[in-house]
Amino acid sequence: MSTLDTAREIFDREHVWPFLMPKAPEIDVSKQVLLYVEGLSLSFDGFKALNDLNLYINDGELRCLIGANGAGKTTLMDVITGKTRCDSGTVYFGQTINLLEKDEAEIAQLGIGRKFQKPTVFEAHTVMDNLELALKASKQILFNLTARLTPAQVVRIEEVLEIVGLKEQRFMLAGALSHGQKQWLEIGMLLMSNPRLLLVDEPVAGMTAQETERTAELLTSLAGDHTVIVVEHDMEFVRSIARTVTVLHQGSVLAEGTMDQVQNHPDVIEVYLGEEH
Amino acid sequence: MNLIEKIFSIGREQPGSSTMPFVVILGALCILASAANLLVPVDSPLHVSTYTITLLGKYLCYAMLALAVDIIWGYCGILSLGHGAFFALGGYAMGMYLMRQIGDRGVYGNPELPDFMVFLNWTELPWYWQGMDQFWFAMLMVLLIPGLLAFVFGWLAFRSRVTGVYLSIMTQAMTYALMLAFFRNEMGFGGNNGLTDFKDLMGFDLQSDTTRVVLFLTTALMLGLIFILSKLILRSRFGKVIVAIRDGESRARFIGYHTERYKVWLFVYSAMIAAVAGALYVPQVGIINPGEFSPLNSIEVVVWVAVGGRGTLIGAVIGALLVNYAKTRFTAIMPEGWLFALGALFVLVTLFLPKGLVGLFSRRPGKAKPITAEPAKEERA
Repeated sequence: MSTLDTAREIFDREHVWPFLMPKAPEIDVSKQVLLYVEGLSLSFDGFKALNDLNLYINDGELRCLIGANGAGKTTLMDVITGKTRCDSGTVYFGQTINLLEKDEAEIAQLGIGRKFQKPTVFEAHTVMDNLELALKASKQILFNLTARLTPAQVVRIEEVLEIVGLKEQRFMLAGALSHGQKQWLEIGMLLMSNPRLLLVDEPVAGMTAQETERTAELLTSLAGDHTVIVVEHDMEFVRSIARTVTVLHQGSVLAEGTMDQVQNHPDVIEVYLGEEH
Repeated sequence: MNLIEKIFSIGREQPGSSTMPFVVILGALCILASAANLLVPVDSPLHVSTYTITLLGKYLCYAMLALAVDIIWGYCGILSLGHGAFFALGGYAMGMYLMRQIGDRGVYGNPELPDFMVFLNWTELPWYWQGMDQFWFAMLMVLLIPGLLAFVFGWLAFRSRVTGVYLSIMTQAMTYALMLAFFRNEMGFGGNNGLTDFKDLMGFDLQSDTTRVVLFLTTALMLGLIFILSKLILRSRFGKVIVAIRDGESRARFIGYHTERYKVWLFVYSAMIAAVAGALYVPQVGIINPGEFSPLNSIEVVVWVAVGGRGTLIGAVIGALLVNYAKTRFTAIMPEGWLFALGALFVLVTLFLPKGLVGLFSRRPGKAKPITAEPAKEERA
C-alpha cells in the first residue's frame, strides 16, 4: 500500500478504528436457543408475579406471549431487561451471558431492545433525533460530546424512516405525532439499534386496523434476523403473526404451541380462553 | 480545527440560532459601559459610575449562576435548589486567596494569619488554607472543591435514582447544612462574618476604577465563553441525550445510555459554572459570608430562570438580569415588600408564562414549525 493510500485511510472521516468500535459481546447460540429463562420467581408483598417460570426462546423465532392481566407478562419483560430484580431463577442470553448481573443500559447495549406498552418517545426531539439517539453506536459520554452522524448512519436513518412510514414527519417533534405514529417511531428506534432480541409490549394498542396490519407484516419480516417476543391482548393480531404461542397464567407457563394447539389445550380453555368460547 | 469551525458556525448552522448575536450584543454593551466609565469625564451625562459597573458585574455573576441552574433544570429536569452552595464555595475559595493577599496589612498586622484567626488566638494556618496564596492554586480549588462536592452528591443521588421533589429537598438540605457549618468559627472560614476587608487581587488594588472595570469585563467574557461552551455541549449528541433523559429517562436507559453517568457529569459541569460565578462575585462585592449558602438564595435563582424561560440559555441570562435589576429598584423603594413581589412574580410566571419571557418571543412554539417541514428538508439535503 502506498503512503498516499495509508494517509487517505488515516484521514478518512468514515474510517472506524477498531479500538473505537463498540465491543460486540459474543452471544453463544450454538444450541439454537437465544434466551434461557429458568425457575424465575418474583413476589411483590406476597403476590407471586412470577412463579417458577421457565421459557426458552430459539434464535430467530417470533414468539407471542399471551395471558390475562396479572399473568406476569410485563413483569417477565422487566426482569429480562433489568428493570426489576427477581427473587430466584436464572436468565441467560445465549449460553454465556447472565442477564441478571447487568443493568438496563448494559442489557440494551448487548442487543436487547424493548418497546413499552405506552409509547415512549422523546417528545422534545424531532423524529430524526429520536432515531439518532437510538443508533447502534457508542453510548459513552465523551464519544457523544463530539459524535456526528456518518453518511452510513444517515442512510440507515432514512431506511428506518421508510420502514416505519414517517418520512414526511422527520422534522416534526415527536410530541406532535399521533398515538399510532408514536408507536411506529418507537418501533423505529428499536430497529435503529438493530437488536438481537426484541421485546414488544402490546404493539398494536391504539392502532387502526390498517396500522395493525402493517405492524403484523413488519414483525413477521423481522423474525429470522432478529428474535422477537410479542406480548399482546389482541387475539386476532396474535393469530395473524404467531408461529409459537406461550400462555402465561399466574406467573408461570400454562401452555405452549401453535395457536390452534394452545386454543384447544384443556387448561387454557379452562382458565383463559374458556370465557371467550 | 473542528472546534474552531464549530464555534464560528454557531450563528450560521441553524437559521433560528441566536447564540452568536446574543453574545456579541452582550459583549458590546459591556465594553460600551466600561468605556463610558473610564473614558467619559465624570461630569458628563454619559458617564457610568463605578458603582453601576460593579452592580452590573454582580448581575452578570448572577446571570452565570442562573445559566448553571438552567443547564441542570431546564435541560435535564433536575430541579436543584442548592446551587447557591456551589456559588458560595467558589466564592469562599476566591475569598481565601484574597485574604492571603492582605498579608500584614490587616488590623493585627500578622503576615501569615488572617485577622479573624488572630482574633481566635490561632497560632498557625490550618492545612486547608495552605497554598491558597497562589492564584493558580486558588482558581484550581474554585473548580475542584465544588466539582468534587457535586460529583459525590450527584453520584450518590443519581445512582440510587433519587429524582424529583426528593432530590430538590436533598439539595436544600445540602446548602443548609453547609451554611450551618460555615457559621461555626471553628471551621476556620471566619464564621458569622465570613471573609472580607480584601485589599488587592494579583497585585491590583480592588478599590480602583480600572480593576473594577477589568473584573466586570472578565465576568462578561467568562459569561460569554461559558454561554457558547454550554450551547455547544447541549447541541451535541450528549445534549440530546440530556434532554432525552428529561423527557423519558427509562426510555433512554433502555436504548443503552447510562443515564446516571450523564446526569452526574452534567451536574458537575453545572456546579463548576456556579463556582466560577461565585469566584467572580466575591472580589466585586468585597465580602463572602455564610449567608450566601442560605436556602433562600438558591430558590431565588430558580425564580430568575423561570421568569426568563427555562430550557433556553438566553432565558436564564435575561431572567437573572431583569429580576435583579427589579430587585435593586424595588428594594430601594420598599425593602420589606421584595420577597412578596418575588413570590407573586413566580406564581404569575408559572401560571401565565410557563415558558418564561423568552417564550413570548419564541419562534418555535413546538407545533407551528413541524407542519411545514418542507423548507427544512431542503436544508438537510
